Amino acid sequence: MSEKMISLTIDNVKVEVPAGTTVLEAAKQAGINIPTLCYLKDINAIGACRMCVVDTGGRALQAACVLPATDGMVVKTNTPALREYRKTLLELVLSAHDQKCLTCVRSQNCELQKLCRDLGVESGERFAGKRNEYDVDDASPSIVRDNNKCILCRRCVAVCAKVQNVGVIGPVNRGFATAIESPWNMKLAQMGCINCGQCITACPVGALREKDSTDVVWNYLNDPDLHVVVQPAPAVRAALGEEFGYPMGTSVTGQMAAALHRLGFDKVFDTDFAADLTIMEEANELIARIQNKGVLPMITSCSPGWIKFCETYYPDFLDNLSTCKSPHEMLGAMVKSYYAEKAGIDPAKIRVVSVMPCTAKKFEAKREELAGTGYPDVDAVITTRELARMIKEAGIDFRALPNEDFDSLMGESTGAGVIFGATGGVMEAALRTAYEALTGTVLENVDFRAVRGIEGIKEADVKIGDQTISVAVANGTGNASRLLDSVRSGEKNYLFIEVMGCPGGCVNGGGQPIVPAQVRMTCDPRVERAKALYQEDADKPLRKSHENPEIKQIYADYLGKPNSHKAHELLHTHYQKRELYND
Amino acid sequence: MEIYRAHVLVCGGTGCSSSGSAKLIERFNEKIKENDLDKEVKVIRTGCFGLCEAGPVVIVYPDGTFYSRVKEENVDEIVTEHLLKGRKVEHLVYTDHATHEQNANKSLEDINFYKDQTRVALRNCGVIDPENIDEYIAFDGYRALEKALTQMTREQVIEEVLASGLRGRGGGGFPTGLKWKFAYGDGSLGQQKYVACNADEGDPGAFMDRSILEGDPHSVIEAMTIAGYAIGASEGYIYVRAEYPIAVQRLRTAIKQAEEYGLLGDNIFETGFSFRLHIRLGAGAFVCGEETALMTSIEGHRGEPRPRPPFPAVKGLFGQPTMLNNVETYANIPQIILKGASWFSSMGTEKSKGTKVFALGGKINNTGLVEIPMGTPLRKVIYDIGGGIPNGKKFKAVQTGGPSGGCIPAEHIDIPIEYDSLISIGSMMGSGGMIVMDEDNCMVDIARFFLDFTVDESCGKCAPCRIGTRRMLEILNRIVEGKGEEGDIEKLEALGKTIKATALCGLGQTAPNPVLSTIRYFRNEYEAHIKEKRCPAHHCRNLLQYVITDKCRGCTACARACPAGAITGTVKQQHHIDPAKCLKCGACMEKCRFGAIIRE
Repeated sequence: MSEKMISLTIDNVKVEVPAGTTVLEAAKQAGINIPTLCYLKDINAIGACRMCVVDTGGRALQAACVLPATDGMVVKTNTPALREYRKTLLELVLSAHDQKCLTCVRSQNCELQKLCRDLGVESGERFAGKRNEYDVDDASPSIVRDNNKCILCRRCVAVCAKVQNVGVIGPVNRGFATAIESPWNMKLAQMGCINCGQCITACPVGALREKDSTDVVWNYLNDPDLHVVVQPAPAVRAALGEEFGYPMGTSVTGQMAAALHRLGFDKVFDTDFAADLTIMEEANELIARIQNKGVLPMITSCSPGWIKFCETYYPDFLDNLSTCKSPHEMLGAMVKSYYAEKAGIDPAKIRVVSVMPCTAKKFEAKREELAGTGYPDVDAVITTRELARMIKEAGIDFRALPNEDFDSLMGESTGAGVIFGATGGVMEAALRTAYEALTGTVLENVDFRAVRGIEGIKEADVKIGDQTISVAVANGTGNASRLLDSVRSGEKNYLFIEVMGCPGGCVNGGGQPIVPAQVRMTCDPRVERAKALYQEDADKPLRKSHENPEIKQIYADYLGKPNSHKAHELLHTHYQKRELYND
Repeated sequence: MEIYRAHVLVCGGTGCSSSGSAKLIERFNEKIKENDLDKEVKVIRTGCFGLCEAGPVVIVYPDGTFYSRVKEENVDEIVTEHLLKGRKVEHLVYTDHATHEQNANKSLEDINFYKDQTRVALRNCGVIDPENIDEYIAFDGYRALEKALTQMTREQVIEEVLASGLRGRGGGGFPTGLKWKFAYGDGSLGQQKYVACNADEGDPGAFMDRSILEGDPHSVIEAMTIAGYAIGASEGYIYVRAEYPIAVQRLRTAIKQAEEYGLLGDNIFETGFSFRLHIRLGAGAFVCGEETALMTSIEGHRGEPRPRPPFPAVKGLFGQPTMLNNVETYANIPQIILKGASWFSSMGTEKSKGTKVFALGGKINNTGLVEIPMGTPLRKVIYDIGGGIPNGKKFKAVQTGGPSGGCIPAEHIDIPIEYDSLISIGSMMGSGGMIVMDEDNCMVDIARFFLDFTVDESCGKCAPCRIGTRRMLEILNRIVEGKGEEGDIEKLEALGKTIKATALCGLGQTAPNPVLSTIRYFRNEYEAHIKEKRCPAHHCRNLLQYVITDKCRGCTACARACPAGAITGTVKQQHHIDPAKCLKCGACMEKCRFGAIIRE
C-alpha cells in the first residue's frame, strides 16, 4: 500500500510525512520535541492543555497534537511569543497544582516537572491564587486518586473509557471547579473500576498512583517470626531495569533475583514456575471441556483486571472463564501447603509477597475465595514500581548486582511460563502443552507467531493433529468487549480465548514503570518489553510447561495429576457477578 | 378570512409577558366582547416590538397608535374610548424619554426609536401572530422556499447568499455563503448532512434571537429548509436554550404547522426534496453557543468545544458534514432569496452588508431591540434611537459584543458600526449586545463583571481559559477591593495575551477582551485604583467614602436610616459620618432630600 506523502517545513526543517500525520508527529520526525501535557499517543489527542500550540501563520495558533499536517505547510514551533505563552501556561498550571514535589511519588518522572525544568519555569508564584482542595480517594486497594495534583489532561479519562471501555471517571463541574471524578463523587472502590491501573500509567503527574504496600512488606521482612516468600511475575523482569536506567526491553531476571535476596526475603520463588503450573491445569481443563462438551469457548483467567471486568460487564461469560487461579495465587497456595510441608514451616507464619506488573493483583489478593489452605494465598502485592522503590530505599546498587538464580522447589521455569507476560503468551504456552497432550507427538516448532504482537484482537486456526482449534486473543478490556460482543452475537465462534486486561498484556500493566508521553511517541513499551520476554523464551533450554522438572516433581510428590481433587482445592476458583455500583 | 376594522396588537415577547401582557390580552378580549366589538376588532398576541423599556406595549391599527406601559386597568379605557368611540387615549400614548414628546398622531414608524431602523431580521416581529402560519404566509412567508425549490438550483441558492455578503450574526462574522459552500462540498447527495441552528443565545443582555424565535419562528424554519436544500441535508437541528420556554413552544407550534402545510417533511412542493427539523434544548451553558460545543451537546455529551480542524462543514454533528448558522443569520435568508442579493447588499458598508440587530441596554433611555443598517454611526444609535443617557449624565463608553467584546470609549463614538471597525478598536460585533455606560460606571468593575461571567461559564477543558481567566478575575477582584498591587496591570496584560492566543475556543480566546480594552482606554482608572486606592467613578465600595457636606440641614433622616450607627449629629446641625463604622451601603444617600451626602 502506498501512502500519499506530503511535505512541510517546521522551524526551517523540511519533512516528508504520510498524509494524516499530525504536526506534532511530523515535528518529532524533524527532530523537534514540541512540549505536550495532555497528549498521549493513540490514547488522548484533544488539544486541551495548549502546551503544543504552534504558529502556522493563520489567524489563530493551533494545537500541534490535533492539527493534521498539510502539504506545503510552514510551521513555527519556537518563536519568542510561543515560548512566552508556554511559560505562562506552565505557571498557570503550577498555580493550580499542589507543587509538593519532594514528597511526590512521581518526582523525577513527572512530565510537568520536566517541562518546567526544560522551559525554565520555577514556580506558579506570579499567578498564585485559589487552589481547589480535594480529599484523596484511597479507598481502592489498587489505585489512589489525588486531585490536588491533577492537571486535568484527561489522559486517565481517555484510557479508562476509550481503551478499557470502563469509563468510571470523567470531568465534573466546569471552569475552575472542573475535576475528574466518578459519578456522584463516589469513590473508585464503589464503582465498576476494574483496578487495572492503566489510568496510573497514563497520568503525567502524581494524581494517580498505586496503593503503596511497601510498608507492609518491610514489616514482614522486619519480623523475625515470619518466613517471607517472594515471587516476581514474568513481566516484571522485562521492565524493572527501566527504573535503574537500563533501556526499555532489557531483561534483568538475574539481578532482580539477586536484589530480592538482598532485600531479605527468605525464599525467592518465581511466578514463571506458577505460569507453567497454570498451563498444566488450564491446558488440561481445555482438553476436558472439549472432550466432555463443556462450556466453550474457554477464556483465560490469569488477568485480575479482566476477571473483574467480566464479572461486572459480561457476567454471562462467567462459565466460560477457566477456573484456574492466576499464577501467583497458585504459587501462594502451593507455598502455604506443599512448601510449608516440605520445609516444615507453620503456614500461619508464612507470608507470600507477589511482585506484579499489575495493580489489579492487589485487589485479587484480597478475594476471600483465594484462600484454599485456610490462609490467604498471597499476603501482599507490590508493583514493579514499588519493588524499585524498595531496592532504592535499601541502598542496593542494582546495576552492580550479579545475576542470581531463583530458589529451588518453585524457582524453575520454561519459556512457556516466561511469555505469560506478553499478550498471546498464555495462548501460545497452552497450545504448546495441549498439542503434545492431544496428539501424543512432539511439537517441533514451538513458535505460534499468529498470536503474538500488539494487535487488539488476534485470531488463529491452529491445527492440532487432525483437528483445527479456532482461537482468539484480546488485549485491553476494550478489545475484550468487542471480541465478546462478536461471540455473544454468534458472529464469531472460538474454542479458546485469551484475554489480558491491559493493552499489550502484563508487560504494559498498570504497575509497570511509567513511560513519559514523549518517549511513547517513538518507543512502544508493549513491543519493547515483549521482545525481552520472547528472547528469554527463545534462550531457554526448556520451552514447554510440562517439561519443567519442578512441575513434574510437584505433580509426582503432591498434586497427582492436573485437575485432580487436590489441584482443584488449591489451584482453582470461582467467580461472581458484580454490580456497577456498590456502597 | 374574516375582515376586522381594527386590530389590537399586544406584545407577547418575554419582556412584555413578564410585565403582564397576557392579562392585558384576556382583559381586552373580555371587554371587546362586552361591548359587542368582537366581530369588528381582533386582538393579536405578537412577538417583541423591540422597545421593551415601554412595555407592555399595545398598538392599535389601522392608525398605528402606540400605547406604552399599559396596565390592566387601562384596558377598559382603550376599549371604550379608542375602539368604541375612536378617541385616542392621550395619556397612555408613548412618551419619548429623550424629547419628552408625546404625540398621539405619530404612528409607530414615526417615533424616534423606530424611524432610523431598518427591520429585515425583525420584519415580522410585533407585526404578526407568531402562532399562526397563515399570517406568516400573508407576509410573503414560504415564498422564498418555493422560489428556491422550484426556480433555483442548489448552486444558485448558495450563489445568492454568497453574493448578498451576509456574514454570521452570532459573533464571528464569517461569510455565510462561504459556510454554505463548504457544506455543499462537491455537491453529491449520498452523504448524510445536517443543518443546524444556533439558538443558544447567551450573551448577557442580548435577546434578539429569542425575539425572532418568539415573534417570527417560521422565518427560521423557512431559512433552514432552504439551507437544507442548498447543501443537500435532509435533517436539521435547532439548539435552543431551555430558558426560552416561549420560544421553544412557538417553535414547536410552528414546526407542527409547517409540517401540516407540507412545508416541512417529505417531498416539499412536490420537488422530491424532504427536510425534517428537530429541537434540542440546551441546559444553559454559555459555551454551548460555540459551534463545536453545541454539536457535542446535541450528540448527548458534556458540552465542550473540540479542536478545529476538522471543521463542522467536513465533520460536524455525529461526524457528518454540518452547517451551523445563528438565528438572526437565518432570519435574513428568506428576504435575500426573495428580494435578491443586490437588494441586501445595497444596505450596509463594503465589508458588512445588510442590517444588524442590537440589544440596547444599560444607561440609556430607550432600552430594547433595534435593527439598523451596518455602518450606522454609534452616535446615532445611542443618541437618536436610544434617546441618549438618562438623568443628564455623561456618556462614558459602550460595551459591544457581550463578554467577548470590548468597551468603546467616548472618543470613538462616531465610529460606523460594522464587523471590522469594531475589531480595529478592540471590541467586536458579537451577537449584538450593546451596553451603555455613563460617568458613574467604574470601568475596572465593568471588566470584572464580564470576566466574572466568562469564568463562571468556562467549560474547564483547556488550561488557559480554566486557570487563566480565573487568575485574571482574582487580580481584578483585588484591584476593586483596594488591594491592587504594582504590576497587576502588567499581569493582566500578560495573562490576557496568552489566553487570547492559546485558548481552545472562541469563548476563551475572547474572554480577556473586556479587560484588555478597558486597560487600553481607561488605564488611568486602573492606576487610580491600584496606586491611589481611589475609584474615579466613586463606584467601588472599598475605595469610596460617604461624606456629608454643608448642604446638610440636620434633618436626621440619614442617621435614622444608617444601619451601622455611623452617623452622628444634633438636630439642625450638619451631621457627620464615621468612616470606620460606615458600611458604604448608601442608605443615607438615598434618604437625604438635600443632596448633602456625596461619595468621594
